[in-house]
Amino acid sequence: MGDKKSYPSRRDAIKKLFKGTGYLGISGTVLGSLATGLAANKLELRPPGALEEKDFLKACLKCGICVEACPYDSLILSKVNDEAGLGTPFFRPREIPCYMCPEIPCVPVCPSGALDIRKLQNVSGDLNINKAKMGLAVVHKETCIAFWGIQCDVCYRACPLMDEAITLEYDKNERTGKHAFLKPVVNGEFCTGCGLCEHACVTEKPAIKVLPIDVATGKVGDHYIKGWDKLDEKRLNSSGKGQQQPEGNKDAIDYLNDWEDLIDE
Amino acid sequence: MKFNRRNFIKSSAVASAAAAIGVGIPTEIKAMAGAAEADWRWDKSVCRFCGTGCGIMVATKNDKIVAVKGDPAAPVNRGLNCIKGYFNAKIMYGADRLQKPLMRVDESGNFSKSGKFKVISWKQAFDEMEKQIKQTLKEKGPTGLGIFGSGQYTVQEGYAAVKLIKGGFRSHNIDPNARHCMASAVAGFIQTFGIDEPAGCYDDIEITDTFTLWGANMSEMHPILWSRITDRKLSAPDRVKIINLSTYTNRCSDLADTEIIFKPNTDLAIWNYIAREIVYNHPEAIDWDFVNKHTIFATGPVDIGYGLRKPGHPKTMESEKDIIKKQAEKVLSADEGISLAYLGYKEGDTMEMKNAGAPQKHWKISFDEFKKGLAPYTLDYVAKVSKGDKDEDIEAYKQKLQELADYYVEDGRKVVSFWTMGMNQHTRGTWVNEQSYMVHFLLGKQAKPGSGAFSLTGQPSACGTAREVGTFSHRLPADMVVANPKHREVSEKLWKLPKGTINPKPGAHNMQIHRDVEDGKITFVWVHVNNPYQNTANASHWIKAAREMDNFIVVSDAYPGISAKVADLILPSAMIYEKWGAYGNAERRTQHWKQQVTPVGDSMPDIWHYIELSKRFTLGEVWGAQKVPGLDAGIPDVTAEATAMGYNLDDTLYDVLFANEEAKSYVWPDPIGEGFVNTEAEGDKRNVIGEDDKPWEGYGFFMQKYLWEEYRKFGEGKAHDYADFDTYHKVRGLKWPVVDGKETQWRFNAKYDPYARKADTGEFAFYGKALKNLPQGTLKGPDASQGKYDLSNKAKIFFRPYMDPPEMPSKEYPFWMSTGRVLEHWHSGTMTMRVPELYRAVPEALCYMNPEDAKEQGFTNGDLVWIESRRGKVKAHLDLRGRNRCPKGLVYVPWFDEKVFINKVCLDATCPISKQTDFKKCAVKLYKA
Repeated sequence: MGDKKSYPSRRDAIKKLFKGTGYLGISGTVLGSLATGLAANKLELRPPGALEEKDFLKACLKCGICVEACPYDSLILSKVNDEAGLGTPFFRPREIPCYMCPEIPCVPVCPSGALDIRKLQNVSGDLNINKAKMGLAVVHKETCIAFWGIQCDVCYRACPLMDEAITLEYDKNERTGKHAFLKPVVNGEFCTGCGLCEHACVTEKPAIKVLPIDVATGKVGDHYIKGWDKLDEKRLNSSGKGQQQPEGNKDAIDYLNDWEDLIDE
Repeated sequence: MKFNRRNFIKSSAVASAAAAIGVGIPTEIKAMAGAAEADWRWDKSVCRFCGTGCGIMVATKNDKIVAVKGDPAAPVNRGLNCIKGYFNAKIMYGADRLQKPLMRVDESGNFSKSGKFKVISWKQAFDEMEKQIKQTLKEKGPTGLGIFGSGQYTVQEGYAAVKLIKGGFRSHNIDPNARHCMASAVAGFIQTFGIDEPAGCYDDIEITDTFTLWGANMSEMHPILWSRITDRKLSAPDRVKIINLSTYTNRCSDLADTEIIFKPNTDLAIWNYIAREIVYNHPEAIDWDFVNKHTIFATGPVDIGYGLRKPGHPKTMESEKDIIKKQAEKVLSADEGISLAYLGYKEGDTMEMKNAGAPQKHWKISFDEFKKGLAPYTLDYVAKVSKGDKDEDIEAYKQKLQELADYYVEDGRKVVSFWTMGMNQHTRGTWVNEQSYMVHFLLGKQAKPGSGAFSLTGQPSACGTAREVGTFSHRLPADMVVANPKHREVSEKLWKLPKGTINPKPGAHNMQIHRDVEDGKITFVWVHVNNPYQNTANASHWIKAAREMDNFIVVSDAYPGISAKVADLILPSAMIYEKWGAYGNAERRTQHWKQQVTPVGDSMPDIWHYIELSKRFTLGEVWGAQKVPGLDAGIPDVTAEATAMGYNLDDTLYDVLFANEEAKSYVWPDPIGEGFVNTEAEGDKRNVIGEDDKPWEGYGFFMQKYLWEEYRKFGEGKAHDYADFDTYHKVRGLKWPVVDGKETQWRFNAKYDPYARKADTGEFAFYGKALKNLPQGTLKGPDASQGKYDLSNKAKIFFRPYMDPPEMPSKEYPFWMSTGRVLEHWHSGTMTMRVPELYRAVPEALCYMNPEDAKEQGFTNGDLVWIESRRGKVKAHLDLRGRNRCPKGLVYVPWFDEKVFINKVCLDATCPISKQTDFKKCAVKLYKA
């Protein structure tokens, strides 16, 4: 038997999960919010220029000024007291996306800096809504009809950074032998997460969705640099420590002294 | 386990119960459940939308459409569609589908032009139509009628309409919306070849090396063909070249190797540059064998006006006058001073439009004359005249033009030139179409697999119906024309009409019908399968005339659009899968389908609208002598001849045109229709209360088959041959001419076209008969002393000069405005704007503008602006970063959105030869709303 301490019991794991969502404590409110359908959850998208989520939740005054400033009524205020924070602003692109106003009316009016205009400015100080990182669009190719060969690309044409955030990838359709696929591809470097694509998508449930950046992205460790890309060297973390050294020999000795099951009786 | 109903119910119940509690069920039962549900029926049809003509299959169950799929057996699309086709299952079920006849009535329920719409019976609708038509015929004669026909009619609908209007009412005031779409292409074909429609077919895409797109946004307007072009490019990315010539950057530019942004109208100059390159700098590329054996050179007058109203018309607004003036005379620009120098003109001269009345006349010239005409079109001149992007370096632009010419010239390089509205919606549209053939003919790159100028058709049946059936003011079926006595005789014979029934004077074309309503010359209007009050330029004039003057407007439609709003009487129409029909696509492929479901509400197939009306008119009432403006003697009384033929003057047009002996010989039921509804033949389960206030029980015979079989007699042996009705229900369409059961891929080429082989003039024969006997002369004009030239089996290489459009940007109106479509929506949006997914994807028409222009004007993205011309203004939101990226000085607004009614702004100038409106050029100013 392995060391039980290293592997949390299943029961413990479930307990932790419930604690996280507050189900154990406030079931009444949870049921209430499910009824109104406006429970904000970890997949909701914040307005442009929002600080990182934990900082945002600390800074947001829940004043609703950004909601009023939005000319498209995209922003909604959350109505449930959970980790997403009662009264904080978010938007659902499938209903009303962010229309990427060049003058960004929602951000400069934020009194607390929970929406930070400096994140959306060029070096020159000019406003640049294209710098927003509200989320990342993700294409599910099995339900994207363009991947079937249907000539769609509604998301591509709806994208405010067409040919940058969404580009078309051309592929031969071997089944018909004479048509091509025009597949929409999201390029995370440029995607602002505005959701105009998700809103426009013609499938019953959108095949392109904007997810919070944290949920949709991975992270590459800094121990390996791309040898063919000079610019990649920027990721090298030479802040001092280098790779972590092991401490002592305890794990090795415990292992070596554990004879169990090595020879069958 | 043998499967029967009880088992099915049990296993379905088990499956759904099991699903509810999360228990799996044995896969055997699951699979059988699926099998029983597959008792819906798949049947073949076509997509409702563009001229590509994709095959669609429709799944029906319990008389409802449950789904569609692309037809995998259709050669055009092999099971694929664009997203408009993808939603074909939904287009018939919009919430505001017209279901009952509606008329503007007063409190007593009688027609009143100022009344509000109320539901009426079919009988009252036909009663009113009969009354109004008889009054119009009495007061104005047959030219008092005006019918807006369509490139979206089924073949049978167009044919029934043509027979009724031309043969029954003796009027030629029937003209389709295809006049706004393909007329210049048609005129180009008839002038050049003597016969309509492309030589090639879509197979050219898989064979060619080069695609040049001239004002054709194929990525959005012919998406499945664009998918085929893309595949061809991927198959040989280095060899295959795509050049996108456009007045703004569109989505084709993403795949194209080269994008040439040119100034509106200057396609005229660019074609001549290419021709000059060939003749002056690459004479070795001229296929003299082809040119000498199969072509002659020709030219025509230039002082032909712009199809505008005559100056001095009382309804012309003050603001329109400076443009209308040019219809009579125009001061020539610097660019024209050079292009028209060959006729002795120079910059600043006033050109009097002496040939506005006969713009189509032309004569044969020598090659030397032709070469002389091309002289000014040097790279320097053409680059200067045509460069459309102010920020583009002229040397870079010149290189692109040079490269374009080089691709055409390159020995062994196959080239297909595609165009749609850029070249057709043009005040010299016929000329530009002729120029495409000029270049391809010089090089011998026409009517060959992979090589040819290919006019792309926009609508699903502008070819199959409007053009081939002849639903035009000057046409009869099979390319015959009203003005030709022999053609009238042939038609009268086939329609079994007395000699002299058909009016010899061509009628009013689409634009003219609107103008005649405004002039009070037309007092009865009927709209078939299109939306003229939204699709016509300078719309405010026509809507005012229709609503405010003493006339009667009838609209047969499926959805309430602007035309329905303007109407006095609305007749609900059955839509595509609710009726038997046929369409003909851009590659001459005729495709038939059967009725899949019963129509919604009380809507009826359009041929029923026309044929039921025909029951209200007797021969005595319509075949007497009638006055026709422009014909001193009018049209003769043919009732005596009718009686001699065995008709009774109390017979109705229905008896004679639609329920005659031949018609009744097409019995119903017919094996080809087994298991399918046929509302016209036998009625349907609704028992709609019809024209006589009685339940509709059908004509009692196979009306649609009769119409097809009679129609195809027109083209038999005349290079317009079709197969019989039943055959089309077994195959995925056939490209006409269909001779001995075989379709024709490349016309005029003796290797592929039996008619070309028959002509026995070598490898090619341009056997079209029209306009093949020409005067001869020089660039300056015809010379009577030279006599006429017979060019049977030959085609023409036209010389046409560059000319400016009548309205160009000025100080007061500084921007070009162009219009067109977007992929997501079809035409005026009556169908696609009612598909929730398509509406959500593109809910409104935007104004695409250059971002620097916007900045200069103080606009930002999304701003609401007025777009105003001399004729009217509309509001739209700006898009500075969208699918269309405009060069400085040009804006683009699509026309699918009735809330952005851009035709209020557009100019009603037309090509004087084709009468097709130039929707692509007018001048506007923009300001914040």
